Amino acid sequence: MSALASTDRGTTAVPRASGGLRRTPLSYTVLGLVAAYSLVPVLMLVFNSLKSDLELGRNPLGPPQNPRLENFTEAWVQGSLGRGMLNSAIIVLGTVVGVWICAGLAAYALARLDVPFKGGIATYLFLVISLPVQIFLVPLFFLWSRLGLTDTLQGLIIIYVAINTPFATLLLRSFLVAIPKEIDEAARIDGANELQTAVRVVLPLARPGFLTVGIVVGLAAYNELLFAVTFISEPSTLPIATAYLNFSQGFTQQYGLLNAAGVIMVVPVLVMFVLMQKKFISGLAAGGVKG
Amino acid sequence: MASTDATPRTVAPAPSAPGRRPARRSRRRGSRAVAIAFLLPALAVNLLVIGGPGASSFFYALTDWDGFTTPSFTGLENVTRLVADSNFWNAISHNAIYLLTFITVPMAMGLGAAFMLSRIRRGTAPLRVIYFVPYLFASVVTAQVWKNLLSPSSGIASALNKIGITALDDVFFFGDTRLALFSVMAVDVWQFWGFLVVLFLAAMQGIDQSRFEAARIDGANAWHEFWHIALPGIRPTLTFAFMIISLWSLLTFNFVFVLTGGGPAGSSDVVALLVNRVAFEQLQAGYATAIALAMSFLGALLLVIFHFIRRGEEEGL
Repeated sequence: MSALASTDRGTTAVPRASGGLRRTPLSYTVLGLVAAYSLVPVLMLVFNSLKSDLELGRNPLGPPQNPRLENFTEAWVQGSLGRGMLNSAIIVLGTVVGVWICAGLAAYALARLDVPFKGGIATYLFLVISLPVQIFLVPLFFLWSRLGLTDTLQGLIIIYVAINTPFATLLLRSFLVAIPKEIDEAARIDGANELQTAVRVVLPLARPGFLTVGIVVGLAAYNELLFAVTFISEPSTLPIATAYLNFSQGFTQQYGLLNAAGVIMVVPVLVMFVLMQKKFISGLAAGGVKG
Repeated sequence: MASTDATPRTVAPAPSAPGRRPARRSRRRGSRAVAIAFLLPALAVNLLVIGGPGASSFFYALTDWDGFTTPSFTGLENVTRLVADSNFWNAISHNAIYLLTFITVPMAMGLGAAFMLSRIRRGTAPLRVIYFVPYLFASVVTAQVWKNLLSPSSGIASALNKIGITALDDVFFFGDTRLALFSVMAVDVWQFWGFLVVLFLAAMQGIDQSRFEAARIDGANAWHEFWHIALPGIRPTLTFAFMIISLWSLLTFNFVFVLTGGGPAGSSDVVALLVNRVAFEQLQAGYATAIALAMSFLGALLLVIFHFIRRGEEEGL
């Protein structure tokens, strides 16, 4: 903060022109240092994913001298990452589609239809978004174990759908109210029933909203930890996050492989991020989730 | 669009109002049922996962439930136990430290970086992306990166050894009762603060630029612009950030779970971990539910406080 205050001593004389120029170098220095703070650990992950454990001992922070690509295949096999990735892909897909269906229909009802207790429902959704999951976690676990849903992917998917639908409903509703009502009136007059109007005419127009929801919910399901560790202990149904965790707890000495596994886990997210950067940033800012 | 390809009536002329009335009224009655049908999938999933178990918490919290057998009612026994439970107060004090740290440190970092980003001419977009990238990392991976970096036998400590500095050789960031909680928070801040930059930058870019220009003509320096224009200009976003950070601090689980498991000797324990331990390791589900409810009440209290702050803001505007 003091850096900020001291940046433009003396800029008062010629406010605009010199103000912009004089502030800039210091701002860039600070921002650059902060960028290093954010990036260096990421770089370490990549560097160390390419080192043998021998080299890690000799060269803990620098770039790898003889990059060892086998780390990735070894980590993939030893950490059962293939199975974890497959499970996570199913979980992410199931969650996103489930949320799209539940939240899409609910948002359409709230935006367009004659829903009783509309205000009450909106308040309930807001409450559910805000209150700690601990309020239902313990009874849910024992309910799930009685229903045989613990250690299953569908059990986890249902939970993720339930947790993410309230936020997605409110977000999609805000997209839907912006779509002119004349469009669905026209579809109805043409004889479309309510479901056809919603699914074929109105909801497709809210595609950006669905994309945002898909990104936020998909990322949340991929990175989620609390429910994953609580509800799944069977190795064959572990999602990637807990598969990684088990790997890291079993092989604490093999830093090279652990870093390689970390890269494997992060790369799909970063690729998606690069492809849809703007959506990611605006979506995550709108539906902020934190581990 | 099955309905529109049959006839060219897609662009329907606006029907006259009198002719539509009766049709609308009869549709209304049916439409209520349709509306409820649309809500049904969301409602069913919600009741199964959140509503039902959430409501049952209020019952189980007053029982000696072990999760499997039929619980018997024990009145307020769990509550009196909670009040006297040093593990609970230990954990909740760490949540309080978490909260105080997170509404200050990443907040100041996020505001500072967002303000500077909003003033530079070039590079705003790539820098914003760089700060945001850690936020995309799974917490298990972030934890591993920092475990390596801060381990006494590898990472920074061992790099310092190469140049003869051994100061960090016996500093156990995650294994020392005095350091564990702060080390965990430091890792969490690294991952999280970029989210705040994005949030605040978007809000600051929405401030009318002429206000900054006017202030500059009046001789304001950067600090004045930050304090008197940028901060008040993003007040609703600030309140929102305070609110979500406060609520998240009550819930925090991931990094503590992965990095320290609440240890050593409970020095980094938090309520979410305590609930899991009591429920699923000690199988005292009734008592765990009581702890969870106490925590949820605190969350609700925070929500009410922020509700009034927000209302005050709206009235003040």
